Amino acid sequence: MTRESPSARGALARIAREAWLVGGLPVLSIVAALVVGSVIILASELLLPNHAFDLLLPIKAYLALLDGSLGKESAIVNTLVSTTPLLLGGLAVAIGFKAGLFNIGAEGQFLMGALGAVAVGVAVSGAPPVVAIPVALGGGMLAGAAWGFIPGFLKAISGAHEVVTTIMLNYVARQVLAWAVTGPLAVPQSPSPVTYAVGNAAYPILVGRNGHLGILVAAAAVFVIWWLLYRTTLGFEIRTVGASSDAARYAGMRPRLLIILTMSLAGLLAGTAGAGVILGINHQMNSTFDTTVGFDSIAVALLARSNPLGVPFAALLFGAMRAGSGLMQIRAGIPVELIDVIQAMILLFLVAGPVLQRAFRLRGVRSDLGAPPPVPSEATV
Amino acid sequence: MDSLIHTLYGIPVLGLLFQLVGYIIAVIPPIAPLIMRAGTPLALGALCGVMCERSGVVNIAIEGTMLASAFTGWVVGVALGPYLGTSSSLPFGITPTLLVALAAALLVALLVSAVHAWLSITVKADQIISGTIINIAAFGVTGYLNTIIAPLSPTTAGNFHAFVPPKALTDLPGIGWIVAMFLNQGPIAMSVIVLVVVLQVLLFRSRWGLRTRAVGEHPRAVETAGIDVIRLRYRNVMAGGMLAGLAGAFLSMEATNQFQAGMSGGRGFIALAAMIVGRWTPIGAFGAALLFSTFLALGQVIGFNPPSGSLGEVVAKLPPQTWDALPYLVTIIILAGIVGRSIPPAADGQPYEREQAGG
Amino acid sequence: MVKPADVVVAPAIEMRGITKRYPGVVANDHIDLVVRPGEIHALLGENGAGKTTLMNVLYGLATPDEGEILLNGDPVHISGPADAISRGIDMVHQHFMLVPVLSVAENILLGLEPMSGPIFIDRNAARRRIVELGRRFGFEIDPDARVGSLSVGWQQRVEILKALYRNTRILVLDEPTAVLTPQETEEIFAVLRNLAAEGHSIVFISHKLYEVLEIADRITVIRRGRVVGERLPAETNEEDLAELMVGRGVELTIDRGTSHPGPVLLRVENLRVKDDRGNEVVRGVSMEIRAGEILGIAGVAGNGQDELVEALYGLRRPSGGSVTLRDAKVTGRSPRSMNEAGVGYVPADRQRFGLVLPFPIADNIVLTSYYRAPYARGIRRNDEAILAAAVESIDEFDVRTRSAEASARTLSGGNQQKVVVAREFGRDLSLLILDQPTRGLDVGSIEFIHRQVIGKRDAGTAVLLVSAELDEVLEMADRIAVMYRGEIVAVVDGRTADKNDVGILMATGGHGRPEAGQTGVAS
Repeated sequence: MTRESPSARGALARIAREAWLVGGLPVLSIVAALVVGSVIILASELLLPNHAFDLLLPIKAYLALLDGSLGKESAIVNTLVSTTPLLLGGLAVAIGFKAGLFNIGAEGQFLMGALGAVAVGVAVSGAPPVVAIPVALGGGMLAGAAWGFIPGFLKAISGAHEVVTTIMLNYVARQVLAWAVTGPLAVPQSPSPVTYAVGNAAYPILVGRNGHLGILVAAAAVFVIWWLLYRTTLGFEIRTVGASSDAARYAGMRPRLLIILTMSLAGLLAGTAGAGVILGINHQMNSTFDTTVGFDSIAVALLARSNPLGVPFAALLFGAMRAGSGLMQIRAGIPVELIDVIQAMILLFLVAGPVLQRAFRLRGVRSDLGAPPPVPSEATV
Repeated sequence: MDSLIHTLYGIPVLGLLFQLVGYIIAVIPPIAPLIMRAGTPLALGALCGVMCERSGVVNIAIEGTMLASAFTGWVVGVALGPYLGTSSSLPFGITPTLLVALAAALLVALLVSAVHAWLSITVKADQIISGTIINIAAFGVTGYLNTIIAPLSPTTAGNFHAFVPPKALTDLPGIGWIVAMFLNQGPIAMSVIVLVVVLQVLLFRSRWGLRTRAVGEHPRAVETAGIDVIRLRYRNVMAGGMLAGLAGAFLSMEATNQFQAGMSGGRGFIALAAMIVGRWTPIGAFGAALLFSTFLALGQVIGFNPPSGSLGEVVAKLPPQTWDALPYLVTIIILAGIVGRSIPPAADGQPYEREQAGG
Repeated sequence: MVKPADVVVAPAIEMRGITKRYPGVVANDHIDLVVRPGEIHALLGENGAGKTTLMNVLYGLATPDEGEILLNGDPVHISGPADAISRGIDMVHQHFMLVPVLSVAENILLGLEPMSGPIFIDRNAARRRIVELGRRFGFEIDPDARVGSLSVGWQQRVEILKALYRNTRILVLDEPTAVLTPQETEEIFAVLRNLAAEGHSIVFISHKLYEVLEIADRITVIRRGRVVGERLPAETNEEDLAELMVGRGVELTIDRGTSHPGPVLLRVENLRVKDDRGNEVVRGVSMEIRAGEILGIAGVAGNGQDELVEALYGLRRPSGGSVTLRDAKVTGRSPRSMNEAGVGYVPADRQRFGLVLPFPIADNIVLTSYYRAPYARGIRRNDEAILAAAVESIDEFDVRTRSAEASARTLSGGNQQKVVVAREFGRDLSLLILDQPTRGLDVGSIEFIHRQVIGKRDAGTAVLLVSAELDEVLEMADRIAVMYRGEIVAVVDGRTADKNDVGILMATGGHGRPEAGQTGVAS
């Protein structure tokens, strides 16, 4: 079959390289990011007047983070619940990357998915759960898909770059939600704006106090997306468009259609995440409904190198951090925005790692992680 | 004439369009200064984009740079205010505090864009990813520090005041409102038109401009002509970043005198759209920025000064969130309408490799 | 012109023991090169032999791992192109280093701009100098013309002017005649001889044997990174040089046998195609190709050949005319439809259109058939079938790779093209379209592909061969159509065609004097 049998050395080098990319580099990036986080915590201590400088504050903060995410059973369940939307969001961004698209609109697609779930959920709130749940979820999926369809369609037809259009739509989505919560879906005469509840469309609790059905939905999505991308012709087409849209045209594929399809699918996934939060946690929407899923999903997708099988692990990491951040704020007084900083640092070290490693002559294998799976080189904005 | 207008307005459906045009024409002169004010961060951000992308580096970190500078300008002002004083009788309300804060804001912008330049040029990471990393980091750090500082009830250092041009000029028929638009502004907003003109001239007439444009189109050709591509790109990205920093300083030190988490509000991205619509030229970007800011301003004003007639009825039925969403919607529509015909520099977004294995 | 061996004068360039390694390959292996003043020195070798790398070292674009460079007897260290230029060395690259959107003047002066004051460029001084420079070497050039609108021959001239503007004494030309007509080649040779007579040293990189014999004073042959021989033109011939270049006896032309054309398979009538900017670049082309016949299209690059070929395969929608394949109208059908109708297409830019480089070779083998049985059942892919087919193709077409699952990026240029060929040739075809099929390939791969094409012809396929290498067209085609400004201006018999006549047709379209745009300035 092969022309020459692969040398043992060559194979070992390849395995080592893969292990480094998948395990070593990400772990090192996380550690480096935590170090940077500690520096920021210590530096910000100096900003506070009347505050005794505590050298161990970073340790306390991280321990609280750990405790809040994995400390006891309820914490673990919280982590799973936090992970769920990040997992779906990460898939949404990852599948965009595979097609060469930058989906920064996960936030807007999430919000619209939540809105769709509320709107439909309220409508079917009286129906038996076995009907109400899928229908409400479907409403969320459809709304999210529509929000992904728009930038996909615009890109396919006019070439409008999806980075700008999706971010614009994020802001528009917020306005749409603000309108819905104070307008058509609002409970009249309520002291603060809030919608009706979704009643029977709510996800059942499967584990602990708040571990809801959404966790299973997310897990299922991982396998569906993996199977789609790597076992079907459609997935092959999506990946080809991402690798080279010129070659895709030559191969008889239709890049424009695939762009629209992929963005819609991404929107559907992010919308499922939003629907999950409504149906599984809030059960209704009020004016403070918000999310960090937008940037979190990008971080998850990059950390997982856009591989659907890696997304759950990356999502777990960030989900744990988000889940534990509350306790960190309570016990150590550290604002939850530190998680954003740590996230950015992880990505920074992931991306710059190979270069830094060469600069400091760390032992390591050369990595091609200058960028995740291909993004179009005409990636101009 | 009046009866003609009246008839046009009366046409079903199309008449609404005429009414809209009429309303816009009528309402713009009084709010012209507001349009310029709203357009300042967009224009500065777009100029930053032009400098970077003309050199071949995509910069979507304009938003994060703006935010970081906005925060820095405000917080340095807060810190130094008690020591350097915050009252002033100088024009524009300039105080030493504000000047130092401005310098700090620009310095931070320089550092942030240096990181973006490093990631894009030396690390050769995907430039949209490196920009996203910076945006996340900027949101995170400024949000974090703001959460810590805000409960301390910091006293602001004030802001740059607008210059008030003599009434004789602003009352001139026909062009008076244009005078007001450019002169009834604080120092940063006033500097915009100067920067636009200077950049336009430099880009197309100077040696720097020629080399910059060449680098964005065909960096290897520039390298073989003996010019250092890497150094040129670093300088342009960092200088451009300072323009974005100026935009950020404007937000927290001229337009307002405070900082709010996320106060850049997507302006960095609208600025990119303005750059594209403006075909990567400073003057075009400025024009596009004003176009977008017109809708921003309209959105703010329409509540206080709604149109009358059948258009007014339609407008009254629309939910208030429409106006908040308006600038973003308009950006999308214009971008989709124009992009096919707007061509970026040929080497935009592609990292440059110095050595290549050849035969 | 043979110069006396002037051993007293220091050589203009001496490169000693130059070694340059890239990951996985030694591009230059202890190479010695001596170039005398006023000499035209040819560097001959196959694609990938290391000639360009050596000159990149000289020009400061690459740093040698070992070895030294001496200019006029003094050892120097060349730190970059700016340094090289200041020492009087300049290089005209194979792929033009011109910025299409800038003017001729801006391109030539880039880096050494005449200034009025510290900031602004003195445009009038710039214009004057360019016109002056051009006149000195015998051509009228418009300094404000946009380089992107110039013909390839004129872009070549701008490149040479760029070098001359910098007061070079040593001029390196990398495959300068690759895209020129025979007449343009002669004109460039005249310019080079003038320069040499004035004392410039010229290094002429090429893989074209007869050109090298014609223009060079001395020839150095490089193979796989090493110098394998030095010759004086008078002492050698094409066979000798070819053997040095490749390392074995080489068939310079394959035996194409006789062709037995059958019925007409492809009929194109009055086809009109627009380019990306909306200009009509194919203006009423009509042609016929029979089964078992090779029709070659000769023409200067940019006369509509690419758009014609894209329109035939469905990658571009024609704006008029018709295409008929085996009595079925196929005008404007999609690439997949054409593929299913038995049309094979080997695109000019194989890395962009013909392959998905990051993907495994196996995926590339089924790139146009992945959706059909047995490679897929409905939406599900059949990985075993794909792998089996790939292994078979790799074997049959002798693709050198460690595994069918290796990424296409790991293949050499020749092997990449073999993958494309394996995919397209591995089935029965009515029509085979080839665009620059052997560009940049080593001699062995070129031979292989030419033989495969002849094989397809003999099996009854109608073959359309578009090539900028006039030699390739003359060698392979039964009939040759000359394309000029979007029209077929002549069809001649492939076996009896005269190279110079075809060259004139390519440059002038049969209108007598070369027109602006072909060998003239901006149209």
